[in-house]
Amino acid sequence: MTVESTAARKARRSAGSKTGDTGTPGGTGTEAAGTTGTAGPKRTSSTTGAKRAPRVARAPRKDAEPQLVQLLTPEGERVRNAEFDPYVAGVTPEELRGLYRDMVLTRRFDAEATALQRQGELGLWASLLGQEAAQIGSGRATREDDYVFPTYREHGVAWCRGVDPTNLLGMFRGVNNGGWDPNSNNFHLYTIVIGSQALHATGYAMGITMDGADSAVLAYFGDGASSQGDVMEAFNYAAVYNAPVIFFCQNNQWAISESNEKQTRVPLYRRAEGFGFPGVRVDGNDVLASLAVTRWALERARRGEGPALIEAFTYRMGAHTTSDDPSRYRHDDERIAWEAKDPILRLRRHLEAAHHTDEGFFAELEAESEALGKRVREVVRAMPDPDRFALFEHAYADGHALVDEERAQFAAYQASFADTEAEGV
Amino acid sequence: MAEKMAIAKAINESLRHALETDPKVLIMGEDVGKLGGVFRVTDGLQKDFGESRVVDTPLAESGIVGTAIGLALRGYRPVVEIQFDGFVFPAYDQIVTQLAKMHARALGKVRMPVVVRIPYGGGIGAVEHHSESPEALFAHVAGLKVVTPSNPADAYWMMQQAIQSDDPVIFFEPKRRYWDKGEVDTEAIPGPLHRARVAREGTDLTLVAYGPMVKLCLEAADAAAEEGRSLEVVDLRSISPLDFDTVQSSVEKTGRLVVVHEAPVFLGSGAEIAARITERCFYHLEAPVLRVGGYHAPYPPARLEEEYLPDLDRVLDAVDRSLAY
Repeated sequence: MTVESTAARKARRSAGSKTGDTGTPGGTGTEAAGTTGTAGPKRTSSTTGAKRAPRVARAPRKDAEPQLVQLLTPEGERVRNAEFDPYVAGVTPEELRGLYRDMVLTRRFDAEATALQRQGELGLWASLLGQEAAQIGSGRATREDDYVFPTYREHGVAWCRGVDPTNLLGMFRGVNNGGWDPNSNNFHLYTIVIGSQALHATGYAMGITMDGADSAVLAYFGDGASSQGDVMEAFNYAAVYNAPVIFFCQNNQWAISESNEKQTRVPLYRRAEGFGFPGVRVDGNDVLASLAVTRWALERARRGEGPALIEAFTYRMGAHTTSDDPSRYRHDDERIAWEAKDPILRLRRHLEAAHHTDEGFFAELEAESEALGKRVREVVRAMPDPDRFALFEHAYADGHALVDEERAQFAAYQASFADTEAEGV
Repeated sequence: MAEKMAIAKAINESLRHALETDPKVLIMGEDVGKLGGVFRVTDGLQKDFGESRVVDTPLAESGIVGTAIGLALRGYRPVVEIQFDGFVFPAYDQIVTQLAKMHARALGKVRMPVVVRIPYGGGIGAVEHHSESPEALFAHVAGLKVVTPSNPADAYWMMQQAIQSDDPVIFFEPKRRYWDKGEVDTEAIPGPLHRARVAREGTDLTLVAYGPMVKLCLEAADAAAEEGRSLEVVDLRSISPLDFDTVQSSVEKTGRLVVVHEAPVFLGSGAEIAARITERCFYHLEAPVLRVGGYHAPYPPARLEEEYLPDLDRVLDAVDRSLAY
């Protein structure tokens, strides 16, 4: 297994000698194998029952770097992993090409949205550049009856759920505050207040249990959100009720301008241990590993084994949003280092080395990609402003006397301009 | 069948009826199950309906409301309890930012039939954070409905209607009146949830109140009657939406209005009522609208709460001042 050098974040040295070791609670140096709540994925066949410490969610030894599940190196080489290989053993070359296509099209859509913001067609855009593998890998692990609760950056997951990407742009253009039917693709509205959706996801998962269904829920959030009380409450509710919810944290290293050191003193995946469920750190730039780990978590949730935390270690290649200026808080060489680990490039290398693709595939994808960009551009430019009375619509489901009264006043006020307009003044 | 029962029991019966008739109704909150709630409002419900429908939650209010939102998205109708008024604020973000806006954000595609029960108000000699009246903080938020019963019959029926509502309802329960008894006819046909009620007819002045202050205003009307003054008492029942038509009709008749609530006067619901009634009844008013309520100070320790809360004398003092114009 290749562990990337930047994967482990050392504790701040300035914080004193004791706190320099965030990896070993108690500092005993001994670790119980198979500790409850930190169980790794179910091992297949003969290895079951072997007395071996699980490889996930385990406190690393002093100075050890956190484990990182990786199935494809940045060079595109397949790394063997006894625990997680079974979850992608059946992935065909066609499916690999599908994952590649998903990532390329998602990136193309994202680039188009950034451009549309620059052209004044969108008020804001939150780019997912660099996080395609984490999103496509996890999104493709879901079943149709599963439910996804995104932040505002899960454009790749929305793609996997079959949400028309142009639907995502309404809120960024300012024509609505969400605007798609969450139940048509089991993809909830984007949530802007950080971490709130983790509780919604947990509640939804509690409902699945009450219904006796075997669906599961995927709750997305980021490294910044891991500091929110709601996220920690969600962890706890999910654990207490053994709810089938997977907490998928994309650790993209930056919460606007604040790095991981400002959010946490332990690797995020290890938070799970304290709540009583397993946590795994996966290479979030590795689509195959993200797929495998999410499948593992979803399968155990379906079996009634409760929640899991996946920390997808990745990097926000762009700004937080189009309003942000990362040059004020991070060096470009950091971004350049992560460019070498690009999620799309590594799968392309893998596909090419395995002779799973030919030039025709890439050419066709390029054409499809440009067609998507063109369609998105055209749809956004044609997206009309809402009717002014829409501001009163849906404030309540069952109506409200004050809303009715104010709508009528607003209508009368608007109507007072009719004469002026008729006179062409 | 009409039966005499206390407000707490009326809510309990109402919740029981909802659990019996709608399998999607859930009760959630801290200590609501085994204990039956600190006020015993949910007494016996977990025993009869099980732990998956009457859910003892972890001690985390944001989590209670946040998971209720998720359950509502799944098709459930959660009735959640916040144990005391002063404990609601950890959940305030979920209520204001998520619960209130979800229906609009989804352009009407999802509904949020969640009831948030909050025992509120003072007068029980409690420690800090157990006696507050934060109703205006919720009524100010579009997307929420805010109601508060003053008597057992309303408690029973308004809870039924709140649970049936497809909008989130903040249901304020007047905790100092929990043990007040009254007739409840569980087969009656209730009026609309958001309609005010003239609790006592009168001709000289209108007292508007809700929740725990209705009883006080009825007592004030009795006392005033002994002095030959006829006070009309309007029980608002609903704070959002607020039935201004009923208040207007009353003020057009009496020409005078005093609003009474436990919540601080400044920017309280009385301020909104004063503004709107002045607008609607300008030529009917014989005196400015007056307000009686809490002061702009933190809710005081129990030994001082009688100074803070409106009482008979403060209400009658305002009545005198209004009639003096």
